[in-house]
Amino acid sequence: MTARLAVDIGGTFTDVAVETEDERWTGKVLTTPHAPELGVLEAVRMVLQKAGLAPADIALVIHGTTLATNAVIERKGAKTALLTTEGFRDVLALGNESRYDQYDLNIELAQPLVPRRWRLPVTERLDNTGKVLIPLEPRDVEQHVAFMRAEGIEAVAIGFLHGFVNPVHEKQAAEIVRRLWPEVPLSLASEVSPEMREWERFSTTVANAYVQPLMASYLKRLEVGLRAAGLTCPLFMMLSGGGLTTLETAARFPIRLVESGPAGGAIFSAHVARERGLSEVLSFDMGGTTAKICLIDAFQPQASRTFEVARVGRFKKGSGLPLRIPVIEMVEIGAGGGSIAAVDGMGRITVGPESAGADPGPACYGRGGAKPAVTDANLALGRYDPVAFAGGALRLYPEHARTALAAEVGGKLGLPADMAALGVVEMVDENMANAARVHAIESGKGYDGRTIIAFGGGGPVHGYRVAEKIGVKRLLVPSGAGVGSAIGFLRAPVAYEVVKSLYQRFATFDTVAVNALLAGMAAEARAVVAEGAFGAPVRESRLAYMRYVGQGHEIAVPLPPRDLGAEDIAAIRAAYDTEYSRFYDRPVPGSDVEVMSFAVTVATRTEEVLPAAPAADSPAPPPIRVQQVRDTVTGEVADWAVYDRAAMAPGAKVPGPCIIAEAETSTLVGPGWTCRMDSLGYLDLTQERS
Amino acid sequence: MQQTGALTKIQRQIQWNRLIAVVEEQAQTMIRTAFSTTVREAGDLSAGIFDLQGRMLAQAVTGTPGHVNSMAESVGHFLKKFPAHTMKPGEHYITNDPWLATGHLHDLTVVSPAFRKGKIVGLFANTAHIIDIGGLGMGPEGRSVFEEGLFIPIVRCFEAGGVANETFFDFIRAGSRTPIELEGDIYSLCACNDAGAKRLVEMLDEFDMDSIDPLGAFIFESSRQATLDEIRKLPKGTYRSEIRSDGYEAPVTLHAAMTVHEDEIVVDYAGTSGLSTRGINVPPAYCRAYSCFGIKCVVAPEVPNNWASLAPFRMEIPTGCILNAPRPYPVSVRHVVGQLIPDLMMGCLHQAVPGRVNAEGSSALWNPPLRGGSQVSGPAAEVEDFEIITFNSGGTGARPGKDGLDGIAFPSGVRTMPVEATENVAPVIFWKKELRPDSAGAGRTRGGFGQIMEIGAKGDAEYAVNAIFDRVANPPKGREGGGEGAAGWVGLNDANGTPLRTKGFQIIPKGRRLLLKLPGGGGMGDPKARDPDLVKRDVADGLISKQAARDLYGVEV
Repeated sequence: MTARLAVDIGGTFTDVAVETEDERWTGKVLTTPHAPELGVLEAVRMVLQKAGLAPADIALVIHGTTLATNAVIERKGAKTALLTTEGFRDVLALGNESRYDQYDLNIELAQPLVPRRWRLPVTERLDNTGKVLIPLEPRDVEQHVAFMRAEGIEAVAIGFLHGFVNPVHEKQAAEIVRRLWPEVPLSLASEVSPEMREWERFSTTVANAYVQPLMASYLKRLEVGLRAAGLTCPLFMMLSGGGLTTLETAARFPIRLVESGPAGGAIFSAHVARERGLSEVLSFDMGGTTAKICLIDAFQPQASRTFEVARVGRFKKGSGLPLRIPVIEMVEIGAGGGSIAAVDGMGRITVGPESAGADPGPACYGRGGAKPAVTDANLALGRYDPVAFAGGALRLYPEHARTALAAEVGGKLGLPADMAALGVVEMVDENMANAARVHAIESGKGYDGRTIIAFGGGGPVHGYRVAEKIGVKRLLVPSGAGVGSAIGFLRAPVAYEVVKSLYQRFATFDTVAVNALLAGMAAEARAVVAEGAFGAPVRESRLAYMRYVGQGHEIAVPLPPRDLGAEDIAAIRAAYDTEYSRFYDRPVPGSDVEVMSFAVTVATRTEEVLPAAPAADSPAPPPIRVQQVRDTVTGEVADWAVYDRAAMAPGAKVPGPCIIAEAETSTLVGPGWTCRMDSLGYLDLTQERS
Repeated sequence: MQQTGALTKIQRQIQWNRLIAVVEEQAQTMIRTAFSTTVREAGDLSAGIFDLQGRMLAQAVTGTPGHVNSMAESVGHFLKKFPAHTMKPGEHYITNDPWLATGHLHDLTVVSPAFRKGKIVGLFANTAHIIDIGGLGMGPEGRSVFEEGLFIPIVRCFEAGGVANETFFDFIRAGSRTPIELEGDIYSLCACNDAGAKRLVEMLDEFDMDSIDPLGAFIFESSRQATLDEIRKLPKGTYRSEIRSDGYEAPVTLHAAMTVHEDEIVVDYAGTSGLSTRGINVPPAYCRAYSCFGIKCVVAPEVPNNWASLAPFRMEIPTGCILNAPRPYPVSVRHVVGQLIPDLMMGCLHQAVPGRVNAEGSSALWNPPLRGGSQVSGPAAEVEDFEIITFNSGGTGARPGKDGLDGIAFPSGVRTMPVEATENVAPVIFWKKELRPDSAGAGRTRGGFGQIMEIGAKGDAEYAVNAIFDRVANPPKGREGGGEGAAGWVGLNDANGTPLRTKGFQIIPKGRRLLLKLPGGGGMGDPKARDPDLVKRDVADGLISKQAARDLYGVEV
């Protein structure tokens, strides 16, 4: 018997999933922040016992962790120094010289990970073509090494202006450091993030250096622990871009691990989409403090190369440290079950981003929380059964919810507690819908014909109303949604993406130079993947990031995975024009196109998944009870039937409005919606009338 | 019935939120489609939705304060020329009239009607700073607006049905040094209004609304009340303050008397210097924009911008003073004086609510417009022709509880561009761009540090700067015993440190580079009361010299 095992370390829980050919077991243990590997080992022990498997049965362990992210947020990384171009030691401090909130005089900006005294200038300069204007001065580097050692520096980053075009000086500096100080970990900008824009590139490079010692030591301890527990199989790490990589690569570029948990959730959704043959979906994961949405077309989560970590203005764009790494594009909204509702100076209901957290939690937990949270509002609307919440593990107190809603929201607006609850839920749904709309605009996509895949504790509760607001008519609630990220890890390919900048204009496209660059990138990506693919077939995809000359935002256009010839140029240009019109309606007359950078991804082929067969109709189970629920559209109270998800057979169909209860969450089927359980046991909600 | 009333109340809030999301989508569309670096990299833009009377209901958070209500005022001017009932689907209207829009020819404002079921339901407007509009180019040298570039009166750039007005575009292309970018930007401005209009119609359909007026009434009433509530918290009285700019041919004094009434704040600019012969004059709409911003971020920062939330702030600006320049006075670089206005407003408000205002900062952006090639050197040119501008900032003023920000734009809301990107679009080399030690005004909380920049052409060829810098003779002042920020400095990198004029077109000779030292922000409170550990940190970071630590802060390091 061979099985694969996945472990996802989150902020509160460490989730685990193990899977054989035809069965899956999952579980959760508390995360152990001081030594996260202990939680992992405990989770592994627990799930193996549950599944009745021996350590030797496990053929592969896949792991994702927020450790790198937390180190940056909590500023617990290594003492890091940056060697950089003389005259530019403050690139990290100046950023883009702007404020992310125009009207807040007391704004806080994200502080660089490397303080100025450790940002060390080196005499050297390249121009934008990579030509040397001033040769590197070795003595500068030598003196800095002595200084860094005296200061107790633990990791070194090197980043020079235009170093992504020509890494000669970065390599020279690295050689000197290695010669004098062989054991110090080094991160080179030209390797970590070889793309134009010095702030983003240096920021990514120092973040990589900053988390490297910590991650290396953690991965070592984990490996030793797993071996000791009898797991001698390979260990793979989940990347923020949605692929898997080896421990060795993860240790070199740990910054690429930052968002691996959410990436697992998106891969989980993509797999569900594949099982159901849904080519356009929106992944909607709503938890206790945030909601995350991700667009998935043709079973591929949308990719991006920019990300912000450790935002100081909660969830405000521009308030974090920029990272330029391959990531799955996701929007995170400060909207979860614990998000706190209030009334602002204009008499408007606001929800989040402040969260009640787990302690004291929403008012209805009865642990002393006095501020109303989204969970309180859902309870006051009658959407939860106070004695059956979280499988009955947590008793809820509706009277506390009502008191808090009346005091903090209703009283200020002249609304009774029930209507205040309606306002809170409508507002949080509207906030998530607005974020989804703006995200679609930014991505040049729409919601016509799209399906929402909802998971997390709140996704199935709020999904149908968010769907209505953005014009989506179908909603899918898969099973196993409580540990979606870990399950997603099991579906991820071994993959690696290389991005490099090489400026080209279409009018003067240099196929020789581009082919040489792409071949080199492909070889690099293939080498990384080969370490973990064990001879599995791989596919290669290439992208060019293109724009009209002078325009600001690039569009990714696919290239054939082979050498380009002169005859390909017209086709690529045509593909660009099509893609541009799809985004922005109007093409721009008479403009040349430029390529800013190229990306090559090599990945093992995802297993073919045949769309599941439809289930034959079967009778609906009787409702286990009836609840009085207030509808957020009409404000009317009606009887909603409650069904037990476990009692529903594939093919069973129930009309809305109703609630389908399970231990981890409840799925709300709104008025006008119908829910049918499909052959995989997923809840398939469709809107029959609007 | 009571329940229906409650539901309506909640839905109005939802609709208001939606409207703010709609204008945000409008702004994001512009950023993604724009060609000028000033829009797409720097974010020098504004977007909003208006009712048929030209009153602004919502404005995108993304954007810069200089356009706050100058764009808002301009919609009324469009409606005077083209009344709403005459507008047709697919039409777009445009102007860059400094007096009818946002204050200089480089800002284009586009207004577009939104239709639902054949009926006009609202207007979308946006403003963007484009890279070139012909004439002398961005700089103070013009002696009238006629020299400053192509003047576009309010005209239709797209006819009914979305047909481009080719006569208009012919003039546009012929009149700019960067015709492709300019035409592309105009397309982008129209596309972004279309995006807003589409969303508005979807919202009206969803809520089955025939008109946005009832929603407008709700927004206006809530915003007016919220603003008045904040004004009523201020001590009544008249507060006077003044601030000095280096000016062009002579120093300029801005004088304000701010009176806090029960239901409005009125600023009287009597006593302010007269007009300049050069383009540092400020049209009144731009003065009102930055006055409003300066007051609002102290008094009512949480209230969203709209017609009603801005209405209680009123400015009386005597005709013929530099803050109320009449046509055809030159106004190209009105920001260099106009961006001092928030500091002036805070000078007044400091007397009313001292714990809520900042010390003075560098304030006016230090944006060197650079030009080279044959337009500077003629046939002797050693580099290709180029025309660029980069946005850079000195330090902001110290805050009551926090230090000022280092090299950060305030009051402007723009972003800077990466040096690598700038060096890719023009044959220039930035040899230095880093924080300027000992430039922050000392205080219990200190000002932000300015920066030093050294810029040459490739091969140190000859080129030119059209200087628009301020706070060289008049450094940012501290408050409550805090020290001044370091004054700015403009000159060459030669051994003598040859200074250049702070304003106007000047040649950087072959073999030389432009050296800019941007001002630091003023400090707040007694420097001796500063936490010595923070002083030591700044010394360790090489931002404060040991001597300054000893002399100013009394800290031995």
